[in-house]
Amino acid sequence: MSPTFLYTLEVILNGLMAGVMYALVALGFVLIFKASGIFNYAQGVMALFAALTLVGIQQGQVPFAHLINAVFGTEVRDFGWTVPTLLAILLALGVMVLFAWAVNALVLRHLVNQAPIILFMATIGLAYFMEGLGDLMWGSDLKTLDVGLPSGGSFWLEDVTRGWAAEGADYYGMYIDLLDVWATVIAVALVAALMLFSQYTRTGRALRAVADDHQAALSVGISLRVIWVIVWSIAGFVALVAGIMWGAKLGVQFSLSLIALKALPVLMLGGFTSIPGAIVGGLIIGVGEKLFEFSVGPLIGGATENWFAYVLALLFLVFRPQGLFGERIIERV
Amino acid sequence: MFYREAGDFKTSYRDDGQTFPIAFDRWRYYFVLLVGFVGIPLVLTEYTANAVMIPFLIWAIVAIGLNILTGYCGQVSLGTGGFMAVGAYAAYKIMTAAPELNILFVVLLSGGVTAAVGMLFGLPSLRIKGFYLAVATLAAQFFLVWLFNRVPWFYNNSASGQITAPERSILGMAVTGPQAGAVPKYLFCLVILFALAWLARNLTRGRLGRSWMAIRDMDIAAEIIGVNPLRAKLSAFAISSFFVGVGGALFFTVYLGAVEVGEAFGINKSFLALFMIIIGGLGSIFGSFAGAAFMVLMPVLLKNLMVDTLSWPTAIAAHFEFMIVGALIVFFLVVEPHGLAALWRTAKEKLRLWPFPH
Repeated sequence: MSPTFLYTLEVILNGLMAGVMYALVALGFVLIFKASGIFNYAQGVMALFAALTLVGIQQGQVPFAHLINAVFGTEVRDFGWTVPTLLAILLALGVMVLFAWAVNALVLRHLVNQAPIILFMATIGLAYFMEGLGDLMWGSDLKTLDVGLPSGGSFWLEDVTRGWAAEGADYYGMYIDLLDVWATVIAVALVAALMLFSQYTRTGRALRAVADDHQAALSVGISLRVIWVIVWSIAGFVALVAGIMWGAKLGVQFSLSLIALKALPVLMLGGFTSIPGAIVGGLIIGVGEKLFEFSVGPLIGGATENWFAYVLALLFLVFRPQGLFGERIIERV
Repeated sequence: MFYREAGDFKTSYRDDGQTFPIAFDRWRYYFVLLVGFVGIPLVLTEYTANAVMIPFLIWAIVAIGLNILTGYCGQVSLGTGGFMAVGAYAAYKIMTAAPELNILFVVLLSGGVTAAVGMLFGLPSLRIKGFYLAVATLAAQFFLVWLFNRVPWFYNNSASGQITAPERSILGMAVTGPQAGAVPKYLFCLVILFALAWLARNLTRGRLGRSWMAIRDMDIAAEIIGVNPLRAKLSAFAISSFFVGVGGALFFTVYLGAVEVGEAFGINKSFLALFMIIIGGLGSIFGSFAGAAFMVLMPVLLKNLMVDTLSWPTAIAAHFEFMIVGALIVFFLVVEPHGLAALWRTAKEKLRLWPFPH
């Protein structure tokens, strides 16, 4: 096999795995959008907040340490203990559930029956609030998140693929980050778990009922308020998983919240209402942008990953305005 | 008591349709103009001009532009920062290519260039609606910023990748460049803002504005009663982008002087403009002013309070600012989804009946 072919293969593989990472974030959007019709811009910030909280708990930081020091002139920083990873994840999950409840009680309950665009703006406000809160609670410095997942390249794969190349070719094997592989495995497990949950549990069925028709669900005795808290909690859980994967890859910092912006074209492409759509959309965007950067990028200045996803999604939308898997938009006067 | 239509007789249709039907409002309007054009320049200091007044004037232009598109025509745009960048870079290219041209025409021409670009990115709006369109406008934001960052022609191959505004003057007074004084800069922005706000007000109550509002309220119904959606949407994109482009050109030439595109016109600016029109009030010219004033003044006041008075570290103040902005937006949406303009309207209704409300 020629090295060019192998390089392209490597780019495609990396693109697929990047796509899974995008899909992880997009999944949270779809869950909330289906259940409550809210386009939750804060999903990316939720991932950041969850990751910050996880690191903070793991390392035993004192919340609001900076603020306390500034106001009282003290020098507190951490409690001096570290929490085991699994326990820390559970605690962070608890914080996200608490957050889901607070959002519903303080914000969404008061915005029932408002236009979708108003709700969207409210989530932008929420995103700003959480960004400030996360930084205020845990500090804005770059943190490393270590949950015991392997990372770095796989020597085994490099050795195997080097053998594939033609004899004497200038090729040193494929580089594939183990963390990405793990992210893929976890994402698949997460989606499978979500599917099982929504198919076989009482709450899952209620969720699907609400997603299908709010009023019909209300009329058979499903409490929308409870369901919304549950949906936001699940979205918080998905955000936590996304935050762990992205945080382990890039470090936990402000720019993590920008992954929401990467998830938006994925959503547009796949359709706002479809979980398979979010995954397929993620894969298409991941492969598309990596291939474009690989083939056309060097000719036009590089860093095309910033916008290519949007332009690709835009092109798809012109031909299919509801996205690939979205529900058909029916308009009546 | 004085805030009544009573005794203010209208003798022509023209009088009947005027913007301020109540005499008190008209006098207040002239008073505000007087304060803006004469009063403020007399007391303007360098600090208030650069920290408060000039950003307010420029953001008001941008907010009116975005309000035309989002508030009047119902097309949500998250590409405002990108369009401002188009205005800024167009102004830079025109200024360096034609040094003789008056800065006023440079700014207007940049607006024209932005209008063309805006129409181009508005084309998908004919097919894509709602959230999908909002996300599609992000394509404009990211693509344009990338373009100005990567193609050296736009910044004349300068080594730093920055663009810097050369000095230009009007009536012998410098309005751009490091020598420009606070008052000429302020007046220059104010004149443009006044002209554009007047234009926007009259556009939105005319035929074109009504066709925008029809599209906003229900595009299919509007099409059935004979509004051409192509014309209405593209004209909204063009005019809105013109305003935003003029704002961007002023932001670069008058306010900042030197610009690095990713920092000055990033996605945050798009959100800032959106917050302005939400807090101010969608579909209201007054709301654009109120929102711009609010979003410009609040960070300044917060910073004064937390950093200078309480002497907290700036990082904490910045985090608090994020929280307060976010909380305020949610608060406003919960309490008054139609923004400051709606509060103002309610106040006026109450005032008309005062002191006998029954």
